[in-house]
Amino acid sequence: MMLERRAAMARLLADRGDDLLVVPGLGSTCWDLAAAGDNDRNFYLWGAMGGAAMIGLGLALAQPDKRVAVITGDGEMLMGMGALATIGIQQPPNLAIVVFDNGVYGETGMQPSHTQGSDSGGVDLLKVAAGCGIGTCLEVRDEAGLADLAARLKGLDGTLFARVLIEAVDPPRVLPERDGVVLKRRFRAALGV
Amino acid sequence: MNAPAAVAKDPEWPDRLYETFKRAGIRQVGYVPDAGHARLIDRCRADPDIRDIVLTTEEEGVALAAGAWLGGQRAALLMQSSGLGNCINMLSLARSCRFPLLMLITMRGEWEEFNPWQEPMGSIVDPVLKLCEAEVFRARKPDEVEGLAERAIQTVFGDERIAALVLSQELIGKKVWTK
Repeated sequence: MMLERRAAMARLLADRGDDLLVVPGLGSTCWDLAAAGDNDRNFYLWGAMGGAAMIGLGLALAQPDKRVAVITGDGEMLMGMGALATIGIQQPPNLAIVVFDNGVYGETGMQPSHTQGSDSGGVDLLKVAAGCGIGTCLEVRDEAGLADLAARLKGLDGTLFARVLIEAVDPPRVLPERDGVVLKRRFRAALGV
Repeated sequence: MNAPAAVAKDPEWPDRLYETFKRAGIRQVGYVPDAGHARLIDRCRADPDIRDIVLTTEEEGVALAAGAWLGGQRAALLMQSSGLGNCINMLSLARSCRFPLLMLITMRGEWEEFNPWQEPMGSIVDPVLKLCEAEVFRARKPDEVEGLAERAIQTVFGDERIAALVLSQELIGKKVWTK
């Protein structure tokens, strides 16, 4: 039984605290993040496909006393897979890259992604991240794994990559603010920068 | 045909750029290694107050700079003209959110170029930048570099805009193809 994406997002962000900054990918993970509750410390993406992890890296380097979670989908991560190599070199201890992997492009009609069937020949992003030198790489398949990941995010002390296996479903969209200037300004104001 | 203008073997303008970065408080420098930026990259790498971030592709740097600004730091992105083509869709992040984005672009394919594969992208750098609503500052002579860099930095961080300092190939010199 794979995890349900909205519940998984809510579980990871329960009692998130003011020091957790969250960057989703565009599309489904952005709606998941909005559904978990709006927060000035979310930087929603409505575009920039392939850029979520690198936004997280720039943010984590600039804010070493905060924790940064990039929570994106397999399609978005595949487009920016080089970012895992770049992050593997930098190793910011306060950055977590979490991929909600369902093996499909949910936003565009559930077409298969490269990760489909990663147990039997599809692309395994966990191995990619490990090969890029990211020290902690976790596969999350069930509630116990999710609880472990949530605890690790709370006490983040090393670059972390997690692949969370979620169901291939397309829940109703929950749309956050989409004015990028507003999102940027409120995020910076929340950090006092 | 006129002989090509002499190019200083070890030009000092990269040092002026580094000093300009320091005055502007640049803390993150993303780059794909490039011979024209080699000295500036070395200076940044040697500075403990500047985080140098080697990228696999230039578009990563556009997103990196956005993240840095969200976290209150200033970033710069170094690339060759070919790298601009790798950035185009990601530049919509900077435009949609008015992220400050400082790009330093060394030119290929416009002067004494041996490699014809550099010409297609090199020839469209200026119009591409303008289409992406970037302010373009083009330096052709060493003594122009510092002043134009200052203006680009003011445009970027003062107005929260995209600006490119384009460093002409005459400044950098011919790539030597024989060992």
